Amino acid sequence: MARKSTTQRVVVSTIGAWLFGFLIFFPILWMVLASFKTELEAFAIPPSFLFFHWTTENYATVQERSDYVLHAMNSIIIAGGSTLIALLIAIPAAWSMAFSPTKRTKDILLWMLSTKMMPPVGVLVPIYLIYKSFGLLDSRIGLVFILCLGNLPIVIWMLFTYFKEIPRDILEAARMDGATIGRELVYVLTPMAIPGLASTLLLNLILAWNEAFWTLNLSTSNAAPLTTFIASYSSPEGLFWAKLSAASTLAIAPILVLGWFSQKQLVRGLTFGAVK
Amino acid sequence: MGQITLQGVQKSFGPVHIIKGADLDITDGSFVVFVGPSGCGKTTLLRLIAGLEDVTGGSILIDGKNVVDTPPAKRGLSMVFQSYALYPHMSVRGNIGFGLKMAGLPKDEIARKVEAAAATLNLTPYLDRKPRELSGGQRQRVAIGRAIVREPKGFLFDEPLSNLDAALRVQMRIEVTRLQKQLGTTAIYVTHDQVEAMTMADKIVVLNAGKIEQYGSPLELYERPNNLFVAGFIGSPKMNFVSGEPALQHGAATIGVRPEHLKIERDGTAGWQGTIAVAEHLGSDTFLYVDAGPLGMLTARYIGELSLHAGDRVSLLPDPARIHRFDGNGNALRN
Repeated sequence: MARKSTTQRVVVSTIGAWLFGFLIFFPILWMVLASFKTELEAFAIPPSFLFFHWTTENYATVQERSDYVLHAMNSIIIAGGSTLIALLIAIPAAWSMAFSPTKRTKDILLWMLSTKMMPPVGVLVPIYLIYKSFGLLDSRIGLVFILCLGNLPIVIWMLFTYFKEIPRDILEAARMDGATIGRELVYVLTPMAIPGLASTLLLNLILAWNEAFWTLNLSTSNAAPLTTFIASYSSPEGLFWAKLSAASTLAIAPILVLGWFSQKQLVRGLTFGAVK
Repeated sequence: MGQITLQGVQKSFGPVHIIKGADLDITDGSFVVFVGPSGCGKTTLLRLIAGLEDVTGGSILIDGKNVVDTPPAKRGLSMVFQSYALYPHMSVRGNIGFGLKMAGLPKDEIARKVEAAAATLNLTPYLDRKPRELSGGQRQRVAIGRAIVREPKGFLFDEPLSNLDAALRVQMRIEVTRLQKQLGTTAIYVTHDQVEAMTMADKIVVLNAGKIEQYGSPLELYERPNNLFVAGFIGSPKMNFVSGEPALQHGAATIGVRPEHLKIERDGTAGWQGTIAVAEHLGSDTFLYVDAGPLGMLTARYIGELSLHAGDRVSLLPDPARIHRFDGNGNALRN
């Protein structure tokens, strides 16, 4: 029997969904609002929701005190660089595991994932010492490298699942049609893998952009990305909620915009209809 | 030309022997069906011919030339896959023309050939659609279009109709047969459905556990099966097998009688006695499943309606000219 979707049920679930969505969104809203308040208003109790003295003063102060552009550039280089390198390594790795698996493929995949189960702080001291000896502390290359390694298991797993969904029959059909490996890659595989590649790229960019543990511990000023920039406003003495909020808003804005515009393309799957 | 010859073809995956030495001679222009139960190696054999798997031993000759080291595309065969395997991001036109594009044909020639293939298969209105916008039968036709457009020496079909519903399957079965006759191209067709095999084939290859049990025309297989396996596999309902005393009377370890060759007599005393366990009335046929005591369950077929019901006593008289005799090893004894 088909489920009845009564108007009542639809209304209740719509309201529920909006409430839940608002709950998730609330901290971000609070942060954005706080960034336009004065420091005094920012921690006033009861808080004023919309009727306060709107000011962009915090943004100006943050800009004066620290170099947003430098940190943003660092974030772009670190997130972008680590993502590109991770993809370059992960595409062939996931490819070979998806299309010519061996007896050990499952084990290798699980082993890679297991590295993500360890808390990063467990290896902080050895990695810090290694970075110190190699002069990689507070360097962009060092951060690109550690974030790339950190996200590689997830990238490989994601690509592996996408590639696995490409039916083998289609590759064989291309071989029967006389496509060489190169042409198979250009005409058949890449077009089919693009949605998967794109969503992996985006997710990894977001993960790398927001990564705070390694970037905070391994960088101070020169290579510091936006996470360090935010952290510099969180002080154990004194409360700078408004400035902290302004810094955070500035830090998440670029990735938020990127995510907003790419969400539709990412969800769309291409393989539907190829195979019964 | 499309003469395909297999000589001692073997295939193993590690220690598992899938194909244990297959010899076969497929004449140009014939429609050959590989049939057998699941796991008998029929698809593997087809993939070996296609070149999608490498042989472990033996040779495959196409028009007299050994092709075991030739890549799939150079063998001049085209394949229709069970899953259709259409390129999802290409239009019907792109799908059909892909092989020609890979072969480096000029654009106008590709366009002409694609249109011609599409016209043959009634696909012209759909040329600019994507596979996901087509029905199952249309997708199937695109897959066939992709195969015929290259004018190959032979078609390889890997259970192409198994994803279609029953009515469409019958229709496509007729279309595929007619198309093959019209083009006169050699075709090898894999199926587990013996009705498809009987209706489509010029010759049938019955495979079992990696071995060719028999190779012959549908009626040869029906009338003179080589062994118990072929006798039981070809024909529906299945042939009745009786061993013991009745078989010894005919000088055999086992005798087989097809359900349509048993004469049904109400309350008779001659022949094999039994009680009807289930009676199926189809109007055109009546199938009786008879519990014949020590002989086991026997199936009898009557053309037309026969008003007998479960619990009725009947006697079944085998047509003496239609009794198949088998020795202790299951091989047919010829008179």
